[in-house]
Amino acid sequence: MDLRSLYQQVIVNHSKSPRNFGTLEPCSHDADGHNPLCGDRLHVYLQVNDDDRIEDVRFEGDGCAISVASASIMTETLKGKTLAEFRALFDDFQHMVTSDVTAPVDEESMGKLSVLAGVREFPSRVKCAILCWHTVKSALEHEGVARTE
Amino acid sequence: MKSIEDIRADFPALHQQVYGKPLAYLDNAATTQKPQTVIDAICHYYSHDNANVHRGVHALSERATAAYEGARRKLAALIHAASAREIVLVRGATEGINLVAQSWGHANVGAGDEVLISAMEHHSNIVPWQWLCERTGATLKVIPMNNRGELQMDAFAELLGERTKLVGIVHQSNALGTINPVAEIIAQAHAAGAKVLLDGAQALAHMPVDVQALDADFYVTSAHKMYGPTGIGLLYAKEALLEAMPPYQGGGDMIRSVSFERSEYNDLPYKFEAGTPNIAGAIGFGAAADYLQSLDVRAIAAHEQALLDYATSQAAAHDYIRLIGTAAHKASVLSFIVDGVHPHDLGTILDREGVAIRAGHHCAMPVMQFFQVPATARASFAAYNTREEIDALFSAIAQAHQLFK
Ligand SMILES: Cc1ncc(COP(=O)(O)O)c(C=O)c1O
Repeated sequence: MDLRSLYQQVIVNHSKSPRNFGTLEPCSHDADGHNPLCGDRLHVYLQVNDDDRIEDVRFEGDGCAISVASASIMTETLKGKTLAEFRALFDDFQHMVTSDVTAPVDEESMGKLSVLAGVREFPSRVKCAILCWHTVKSALEHEGVARTE
Repeated sequence: MKSIEDIRADFPALHQQVYGKPLAYLDNAATTQKPQTVIDAICHYYSHDNANVHRGVHALSERATAAYEGARRKLAALIHAASAREIVLVRGATEGINLVAQSWGHANVGAGDEVLISAMEHHSNIVPWQWLCERTGATLKVIPMNNRGELQMDAFAELLGERTKLVGIVHQSNALGTINPVAEIIAQAHAAGAKVLLDGAQALAHMPVDVQALDADFYVTSAHKMYGPTGIGLLYAKEALLEAMPPYQGGGDMIRSVSFERSEYNDLPYKFEAGTPNIAGAIGFGAAADYLQSLDVRAIAAHEQALLDYATSQAAAHDYIRLIGTAAHKASVLSFIVDGVHPHDLGTILDREGVAIRAGHHCAMPVMQFFQVPATARASFAAYNTREEIDALFSAIAQAHQLFK
């Protein structure tokens, strides 16, 4: 298996110039995410409107290429989605990065997120990819801090 | 010294490919590989001598006890303890430090006292002292280091005072490779009336250690970082200190007689070894001590120094590599950052090239904070490593750098 499937150009690119990077003020929800094992740390901010739709989402922090790229691609994907759609995507993403390598990836429904499917061949890196998703989840649930270990 | 080929032949795990590439195992500060003699000693015990120790009247128990106590004597000889009574077998360096903090610490440290550690300690030599200080009202003070990763000895002299009860120092830093001037530290601490604990987890595989010449009060180490098994280590303490210390855990083996009114404690070192010990582990630890002696640790140190010098010069030749920890006196550890590549990504990329290193904070988060990095990549060397493996390391680093350019 080739490293290129993990470090595709898209991922390297997002990690070097993350989209939606920075703070969001005012915001309706925010939380810290921390992966103490490798020192990944991020903070996500969300603005959710009265219709339970994510109007804007931003993040800041610092971490490995996988965690930064994953957060960057996630923010692009989540903008405009409803909370119900977020929950479905959360499950689908989690499933994609932890499924067996031979399982097909539904590129149509996963969209841009499917570039992260290569992570499943690197079990020690799965937590890097899902940290941002857990952080959004805990922001929406007002937990304040997410951890993946 | 034996040739490198002969040394490598002693370690079965080295002879494998990972992802189709020959394994270059450069994560020895985390744990070393084990020679066949250590594996065989453990296997022999379970295959022939398996029995509980110190209590049987039968042949197997006598053999198991002889092997267990034989291991203790080998370890006493390895570190030049005055007697095997001063060697307490524990789970590892971590348990050794916790034992001292709980037993000696609670009996000797009180409100207003001070415990002095250094800025480059492993979490295992920080947390037990934090707990002790929280519970007793003592204060934890930290000896600072400079930006090469060397302790500031003038600051140490100033911090040391009549309130200092204990100085806890890592002999060789796992995160930076720094070898601390422990003889000088002990002499100064003793002059101030303080006891000294040395964390030798990283030291024994890389340098001769003589606890009597150093005049160390406490010395801890783990077998698995010196070619022995995991789950076993030792606490050395001067006999008079051990005699005066209250027991650590209560149970079988640590008592001479028990009634429901009172218990009478066993002799040293059994007073500190409650319960059935890790017998196979201790026997493997003894075999590892034999193995180290057979290689001659001075010859190993010279070989590893040559590897470290070579790796350091390779790093210096690449402007995208920054070394973390450049002490004048250091050994076997190359901690570094590659421009534009997070250590964690670097670890994954190197792994696919067969190069095993560690990426992370190395259980020394204050060291990372000091150097203002979230993590470092760390290559660490042992007796069996080669220049070719260091070449493989730097060629994989170059690939990673290229990928993120
Ligand atoms: C300097 C140092 N001290 C203590 C320890 C703890 O050793 P163990 O986990 O074997 O108890 C380590 C292990 O990483 C170490 O490197």
